[in-house]
Amino acid sequence: MNQGIPLAVDYVRILPEIVLSIFGIAIMLLDPRVDEETSQRLLGGIGLVGTLAALLSTWIMAQSPGFAFWNMVRVDGFSVFFHVLVIAIAIVLILTSYEYIAVQKIRAGEYYGLILFGLVGMCLMSSAVELVLIFIALEISSISTYVLAGFRRRSATSSEASLKYFLLGSFATAFFLYGVALMFGATGSTNIDVISAVLNSGQVPMLAYVAMALMFVGLGFKVAAAPFHVWTPDVYEGAPAPIVGFMSTAPKAAAFAVLLRVIFEANAPGRFWFVWISAALSMTLGNVAALVQDNVKRLLAYSSIAHAGYVLVAFAAKPELGAPAVMFYTAAYAAMNVGAFAVVSHLANENERYVTLEDYAGLGRRAPILAGTLGIFLISLIGIPITGGFFAKFYVFSAALQSDLVGLTIIGVINSAVGAYYYLKIIVVMYMREPREEVPVLPIPLALGTALVIALAATIYLGVVPDRMLAFVQRSAQQLLQPEHAMPPAQVGNAGISRQDP
Amino acid sequence: MNTSGLDTSILTLVTFTPAIGGLLLLIIPRRDRDIRIFSLIVSLATFGASLHLVARVHRMLPGFQYEIDRAWISKPNIHYHMGVDGISMWLVLLTTFLTPLCVLISWNSIHQRVKEFFILLLVLETALIGVFTSLDLFLFYFFWESTLIPMALLIGIYGHGRKVYAAVKFFLYTMVASAFMLAALIWLYAKVGSFDFVTIQNAIRTGQVEGFSSAAPWLFLGFFLAFAVKVPLFPFHTWLPDAHVEAPTAGSVLLAGVLLKMGTYGLLRFNLGLFPEQSRQNAPWICTLALIGIVYGALVAMVQPNLKRVIAYSSVSHLGFVVLGIFSFTQAALDGAMFVMLAHGVSTGALFMLAGIIYERKHTYEIADMGGLATPMPKYATLFLFVTLASVGLPLLNGFVGEFLVLSGAFQANPWYGVIGATGVIWSACYLLWMYQRVFFGKVTHPENNTLPDLSAREQLALWPTAVAALVMGVAPLLWLNIIDPAAQAALAPFAQMASKVVGR
Repeated sequence: MNQGIPLAVDYVRILPEIVLSIFGIAIMLLDPRVDEETSQRLLGGIGLVGTLAALLSTWIMAQSPGFAFWNMVRVDGFSVFFHVLVIAIAIVLILTSYEYIAVQKIRAGEYYGLILFGLVGMCLMSSAVELVLIFIALEISSISTYVLAGFRRRSATSSEASLKYFLLGSFATAFFLYGVALMFGATGSTNIDVISAVLNSGQVPMLAYVAMALMFVGLGFKVAAAPFHVWTPDVYEGAPAPIVGFMSTAPKAAAFAVLLRVIFEANAPGRFWFVWISAALSMTLGNVAALVQDNVKRLLAYSSIAHAGYVLVAFAAKPELGAPAVMFYTAAYAAMNVGAFAVVSHLANENERYVTLEDYAGLGRRAPILAGTLGIFLISLIGIPITGGFFAKFYVFSAALQSDLVGLTIIGVINSAVGAYYYLKIIVVMYMREPREEVPVLPIPLALGTALVIALAATIYLGVVPDRMLAFVQRSAQQLLQPEHAMPPAQVGNAGISRQDP
Repeated sequence: MNTSGLDTSILTLVTFTPAIGGLLLLIIPRRDRDIRIFSLIVSLATFGASLHLVARVHRMLPGFQYEIDRAWISKPNIHYHMGVDGISMWLVLLTTFLTPLCVLISWNSIHQRVKEFFILLLVLETALIGVFTSLDLFLFYFFWESTLIPMALLIGIYGHGRKVYAAVKFFLYTMVASAFMLAALIWLYAKVGSFDFVTIQNAIRTGQVEGFSSAAPWLFLGFFLAFAVKVPLFPFHTWLPDAHVEAPTAGSVLLAGVLLKMGTYGLLRFNLGLFPEQSRQNAPWICTLALIGIVYGALVAMVQPNLKRVIAYSSVSHLGFVVLGIFSFTQAALDGAMFVMLAHGVSTGALFMLAGIIYERKHTYEIADMGGLATPMPKYATLFLFVTLASVGLPLLNGFVGEFLVLSGAFQANPWYGVIGATGVIWSACYLLWMYQRVFFGKVTHPENNTLPDLSAREQLALWPTAVAALVMGVAPLLWLNIIDPAAQAALAPFAQMASKVVGR
């Protein structure tokens, strides 16, 4: 097999990952040398610079699209999109955490380090086109998130969250790996392009169906889709609030990216009913369970299950319609959910004491700016026009209708009406209840303010002028589905790990 | 010419002036008096601008006027497309007419969080006007949903009693129902590739929409459900009494005066406009529901012990006339339905203001706590009587014209519609006059009522315009009907064709 020494351009095509790793290591090395107070400021700053540098290097990476490292990594509009998305989420997360970890007395070094390392995994997930590499990236991202979930060390719920997430998560990853192994058995390759070529060539081996199902289980867990969602509420309740905002968007977006590759690019066989049932279940279970929650974090956890369901609706649609809808949805959902959790983590205060609905009573009067901002995020989550949430739902449902998925669309539309109730409940409590005096509201620090402005601007931007974003995701989706600039067919045979015929 | 430029931008101006005023309120310091005066100026300016619509309207033109059509979002294909015809123009005017009165009537009754109140009121006005002016279905849906939040907040924050319950109930009823409309909208968009009302209408009429004939009954129902809840048509009306009773006065006025008309306007514009065949097929049961609403609303209104509930149920009854008029498919009935919408907006708005005035003084709406109020409050009693008679449908006042037209038109369509509908007029006389008698006539039953102050100058300022409007509309209805008629004719054109097709066979 012709696998020479990697070229310089190969490294450019994973530049963001390299930059993030360097900054992550720098943070870990600096951490023992500074005292706790400085570490929170200094390391947070370095983390921020690291993510900004990663954003810049994504731009550099985007200038040289193509394959790297023997067709294991592919840089195209699709991977650039998800790179930018997860890095932007991380920027908002770091800005939110700046004050949060000081209040919660969390040691900064590992915290920011793990965020950057997790980011490496998520970025790699979106550009890897080789199932084994995807698996490794998935593990990098997951392990960082497991640890981050347990960062409120003084609280039992946080440890519980971490452990639960770890155990169930490892289990799910094992499913994924098993699926990868069977897929290799069925098609003779772990490279998605090769798999796609084999599956499209006609005869689909039975094993491929099983492999597909197992991989779907693993990824379904990562995106918190029903029936693999049971871990979500407990983990989201226990984990630190900014991390929940992160967990519910960035690793999810990366997992959706993988799912897009597996389901659409590889043209997974027999996917339709898996996706259909999982989408319907996620929307319904998520929304119905959210109705009765009185802890805001739990409520948003169930809502995130429901949103995963909406995204899955697009997976049941035709690929050329569904893929852009998925990408747009993940972006819009990221903007509004990260924003909502930024507000939640600010209000949570020491030891996350104030996270029940009751604590939000009268917020409209005590902290009008925070309440108004959260209100807009909630309105976007409901899906009311001129917010990103509306167009996200709109694209998903219109993709579904254009693929004649009338039943699923109706389930989805009814669900989004049901969902309006619990988001509205928060708004009602904020504006129509008498304030509770004992709940303190701290002033908004600069970093958090910036985070909120970014999230808010993104939410409104996607709601008022979604054209450019949509045009971009459509182009990228096209590159995903018809990789016409991909390798010449002769090379395809050699790509990735190939089964050596005796 | 300069004025032609104004003609294209006037709708934008009228629609967004209140919202811009609301935004400016954000930065105005919290001096309640300044805020009230500023809101009054903004709403009056909006009213003044909307008069331009009447002044320069082409009377005989059936289509949309003052159109503006700019591309906004390319995918989905959304345009900023606005325009009014003889139907929507009057509803815009009704909105701009009632809002300054709402500001006046809330002058003293709102004394907490004044700034937020007026911001919500002005934003609500923009959303309401937008519903009537938008010709792009997306834009329409946006404004439609946008009315929900300010209204729910107005009820939930400034209402009384079980205000949060009422606000949430109002929000959910409408939200769930409009989800079905959204599904229908997306279907239409998916097939036609445009949100433009006129484009969609043409595509349907020329039969270019693939799979339309099998989907049309469901699409019709999707739209119908959203609008029927808003009207509210029996049996979807249960949110209305709660919302009305708990809402602050200005909220009730806009709710009864304009928000309910969004439903009837939607039925007229979208159900009739896009699905004439389905409208005809479904008309019998819809008219039956409307008739049930007329009679049921009236009977329930009669036994209510609460002033606002009486008026709320009277709305159910009156809006039944509108729906009956719309689904009778005769020129007279449709003209009448439009006229009832306007007349009901004016007179019920006035009734709610009057109820609010007594609430400010007595902090109750219970009829039992009143009695003999004509003695201490003669001016109040006079205006109340005038408005009540207008609402009952006394000839030469505005209620009569519309109801008469609806009934005569409905009679042509089906004699039974006319007969049963006509009883509604009798019922309304019963409950309204009986209510009036219990509140105002006889001896003062509660001694503390002897000292109730009569109307203040500001309250009279809020009430007189409605009284004058009720009189002018009753005496010279042609001023309105002349403009309504061509639009109504255009709305009925497909039905005439269908009828002739049937005859021709």
